[in-house]
Amino acid sequence: MAQIELQGIDRRFILGDSIVSALRNISVAIEAGEYVAIMGPSGSGKSTLLNVLGLLDPPDAGTYRLDGRDVTTLGSNEQARIRRERIGFVFQSFHLVPRLSARENIALPMVLAGIPPKDRQARVGRALEDYGLADRADHRPDQLSGGQRQRVAIARATIMRPEVILADEPTGNLDRATGQDVTQILEALNAQGVTLLVVTHDQELGSRARRCLRMEDGAVVEDLRRGPSSSGLR
Amino acid sequence: MSPRDTLTFAADAARGTPVRTALMVLAMAIGVAAVVVLTALGEGARRYVMGEFSALGSNLVVVLPGRTNTGGIGAGSLVTSTPRDLTVEDAQALLRAPLVSRVAPLAVGNSEIAYGGQLRDTLVLGTTADFAPIRRYRVAEGRFLPAEDPRHGAPVVVIGDTIRRDLFGTRSALGQLVRIGDRRFRVIGTLPASSSGLGVNADEAVIVPVALAQSLFNSNTLFRILVEVRHREAIPQGRSQVLQILQQRHDGEEDVTLISQDAVLGTFDRILTALTFGVAGIAAISLAVAGILVMNVMLVSVTQRTAEVGLLKALGAPDGTIRILFLSEAALLSLAGAAAGLILGYFGAWGLRAAYPALPAWPPSWAVLAGTFTALVTGLVFGVIPAGRAAQLNPVTALAKH
Ligand SMILES: Nc1ncnc2c1ncn2[C@@H]1O[C@H](COP(=O)(O)OP(=O)(O)OP(=O)(O)O)[C@@H](O)[C@H]1O
Ligand SMILES: [Mg+2]
Repeated sequence: MAQIELQGIDRRFILGDSIVSALRNISVAIEAGEYVAIMGPSGSGKSTLLNVLGLLDPPDAGTYRLDGRDVTTLGSNEQARIRRERIGFVFQSFHLVPRLSARENIALPMVLAGIPPKDRQARVGRALEDYGLADRADHRPDQLSGGQRQRVAIARATIMRPEVILADEPTGNLDRATGQDVTQILEALNAQGVTLLVVTHDQELGSRARRCLRMEDGAVVEDLRRGPSSSGLR
Repeated sequence: MSPRDTLTFAADAARGTPVRTALMVLAMAIGVAAVVVLTALGEGARRYVMGEFSALGSNLVVVLPGRTNTGGIGAGSLVTSTPRDLTVEDAQALLRAPLVSRVAPLAVGNSEIAYGGQLRDTLVLGTTADFAPIRRYRVAEGRFLPAEDPRHGAPVVVIGDTIRRDLFGTRSALGQLVRIGDRRFRVIGTLPASSSGLGVNADEAVIVPVALAQSLFNSNTLFRILVEVRHREAIPQGRSQVLQILQQRHDGEEDVTLISQDAVLGTFDRILTALTFGVAGIAAISLAVAGILVMNVMLVSVTQRTAEVGLLKALGAPDGTIRILFLSEAALLSLAGAAAGLILGYFGAWGLRAAYPALPAWPPSWAVLAGTFTALVTGLVFGVIPAGRAAQLNPVTALAKH
């Protein structure tokens, strides 16, 4: 049984009197621990697919099974719980809370999950070390560089130790060197067994993944698997 | 999310926009302060009036001869026509009533007073020593009537201020012998200027023992009996005890009228309390205005923090948590406003008392509680719509906002 199973997923948007099909009959299975790049031209539905996988956007048709359990029919509180405990998001524009320090931003998912402050402190401290942010712990996002911000965002996405990380163009706002940095961090997480799905426009980055889904006009037109040798790590 | 974390997060969010937060707190504060100051004013006015009344003796019951009450015809009133007179013995008998603390018989008549060849008309009040504490009279010089058997009084007199000036000028009146009617009295005390009460001005009066007044007027009836009951709440019971004793002494007939101030006082009390509630209500309107302001500012805040709400949802915050976060923020702002308003209001009430020392302008505790509570409820009620809007945001579109 695959960790993620999409079957006949449709997602349509109504714009005025025209209907945009952002996703058409998508059926994909992804195993736990896979590293998947999602590529394709702008408007092809990559972000929409990621939002459906992250339970932020409900599909109009089809079923989505996570660990064998149909999650599309769950109530919104149950879906929130899955997002909280099993899925980590990384965004192109970081989405840090501007008034909170790096430390507080990283702790946010644990605060929402009701984890007591003592446990939070230890875990945030370790994350700050791991991501080289120890000396930036009390800086607010506007006092951090782009790369540092994305590292804070990744630390936040992983602090609940999710099984799946969904990253939508995580390097899109970064220069080449810091982008590679961030990619390596994500790949290291994948090496520890986290399932990693990355939307990217970067051919080179895409080719580092062991599997590449190519989308066009809302459909998966290519599902390319490579041998483990071509992977950047491991 | 724990309540503590919720409050911390909400407080951080409020602090994130200091100017907006300060304005909202100020609006709330003005509303609460208005409630506190206006009720302090109303309550102060009420207490002032009540205080003035009780200076006249609010636990006073006055007994008049004759039945002037229209309410109900007793069995006795059908039989007799003329009421019995009130006597000094009646007055003394009233001391038997457990709730009666003091009794003063009062005989009144006109006479003339002479000293050193000068002659004046005067009002003669015949009473006993207890008249002074009952009517809150004080002497300017000397002493009031001595406590003695009311049936035989010593020939002493306490004179009003105008009489003293007319007869003695700047000389001391104490110890001098004056003639009232055809009798001689020794002046033992003088009253201060304008010793008034219940419309009777004692400036032109002289006060003598009741037995002597009665012999001056050659009668043994009383004009009134003044009865003081132990406290204001005891007035109704005290009245019935007085009535019962007099009825017994008058062969079972209810031929007296009792007047007490509690009825008048009660009316004033009610009117002024209603007035206080009224101004409190008007002040509460400013709280509602503050509430609408809170709502609008919170709506702006939700719009500005749309991306943040989207993020919170992506991080797994259920809709309920988002709603509670925004409601907590509204509640915190209201509480801060209420606290600031209380400080402001107490300060204002202090200013009122400083400006009008006679006015006991203390805000009543119910108003303080109600003001705070209303501020909190207003904040929450007007926070519901913004919080609901935040909770209903679609996470995908919210995240796309930047
Ligand atoms: N909320 C929405 N309302 C209407 N149309 C939408 C909405 N979200 C996405 N779409 C449409 O769905 C299609 C897919 O959008 P999506 O954002 O998934 O593309 P994408 O592959 O992520 O593109 P990009 O590479 O530019 O990010 C587009 O045509 C877009 O206009
Ligand atoms: Mg996209």
